[in-house]
Amino acid sequence: MDTGTLFSMRLSLQVATVATFFVVIIGICVAYLLARQNFRGKEIVDMLFTLPLVLPPTVIGYYLIVIFGRNGLIGKTIYEWTGFTIMFTWYAAALASFVVALPLMIKTTRASIESVDRNLINASYTLGNGELVTAFKVILPLAKKGVIAGAVLSFARAMGEFGATLMLAGNIPGKTDTMPLAIYSLASSGEWTQAHTMVILLTIMSGVFLYLANVYSKRGT
Amino acid sequence: MKSRYLFIVLLLVSLFFIQQSIAAAEKTQEITVSAAISLKNAFEEIGKLYETKNKGSKVSFNFGASGDLMRQIEGGAPVDVFASAAQKDMDEADKKGFLVSGSRADFAANTVVLITSSAKASIKSFVDLNADSVKKIGVGNPKTVPAGRYAEEVFTHFNILDAVRDRLVLTENVRQVLDYVVRGEVDAGVVYATDAMTRPKEVSIVATAPEQSHKPVVYPVAVVKGTKNETTAKAFIALVLSAEGQTILAKYGFRKP
Repeated sequence: MDTGTLFSMRLSLQVATVATFFVVIIGICVAYLLARQNFRGKEIVDMLFTLPLVLPPTVIGYYLIVIFGRNGLIGKTIYEWTGFTIMFTWYAAALASFVVALPLMIKTTRASIESVDRNLINASYTLGNGELVTAFKVILPLAKKGVIAGAVLSFARAMGEFGATLMLAGNIPGKTDTMPLAIYSLASSGEWTQAHTMVILLTIMSGVFLYLANVYSKRGT
Repeated sequence: MKSRYLFIVLLLVSLFFIQQSIAAAEKTQEITVSAAISLKNAFEEIGKLYETKNKGSKVSFNFGASGDLMRQIEGGAPVDVFASAAQKDMDEADKKGFLVSGSRADFAANTVVLITSSAKASIKSFVDLNADSVKKIGVGNPKTVPAGRYAEEVFTHFNILDAVRDRLVLTENVRQVLDYVVRGEVDAGVVYATDAMTRPKEVSIVATAPEQSHKPVVYPVAVVKGTKNETTAKAFIALVLSAEGQTILAKYGFRKP
């Protein structure tokens, strides 16, 4: 394997790991609120977090540029304060993967939290446990299957992220070309043997993660 | 406990990468060139040539569709040089004031060609598309794909547009046409000469559109405003326009503008 392929593999794993790390933390919090609390506009919040699942990736990429670009709504302030812009860095790839993977985490986690037996939750309350203890000792352990499956799905989705990444992180060989971007470049420039190698590698890697997700969600609890 | 260790490890890893990116930013004479994906092979070679000629300088590339590259520049991406496959996107950048005035130049031209998969022998020219045996012709969608607009102009030039209209299979980019031809999904397709040259074994160029039959396919390049390395950016463009740069472009099928 040549250095370009190795670099892309390493970068993809790194981007997906960082993205999944934040997806899990924020995904659990949002899913918990959506599943356990009632507040005005709850379904609108759910809709906003789910949108990236159905919007075309270039549209998400465009939104991200409008928000985080050097002239963007938030990006401008960050640039003025620190001189740093996320565009064309691997952080941008992680951010794009985070946004598209988050809905998968929220959807699966919310569903599994909602399916936790209400009697067990009420029993925890009657035993004098507060919301926090109940969440960590009762609800989340019982919803573990869904949480793990959501995390693995998110990771696999992050590995395959293309459109939004292309817009925000650019397609810079040796800097931001994750496996999907590298495959796009190789195929466009007619380097088919290398493209095929990477297509097979990416398929195997994603396949393994999905398999693990299935095994875990069967075995869990 | 386990998750705490994981957190610390991730924290250290991210600190390491932050340090690395700061170190990279300190390097001077580094430029980022946003270029149309069709220029990839040629530009990477010119980039290497630039780096060997100017020790200590570094040329990074960002490849994509010209329209997307334009959106990135608009959003404030740290780009020093913009090389587009269409005048339209460069005109837009110019109008919105993203270019260093006087830095814009045309550096290459492309040819519109008719291709078939190597096995097909019945199609020899654009006029042959009129024959009843031709069922499907791949072209880019003229609304969004420049190559599709050129194809339409060529068909109009040969007076066959109305006859072939029902046979056109529209694609969202020109590489898709190439792919359809290679896979035999269409009988023939209209692409750029440079595209056809990436699959020399699988497709044959059966006809080249005459220059007067369509608007010229010319690639413009310019320095982007706000660059930290205007000298390097200008020197890179100078190399693209030089005889050496033109030789490399010619190797990949581009013509002089």
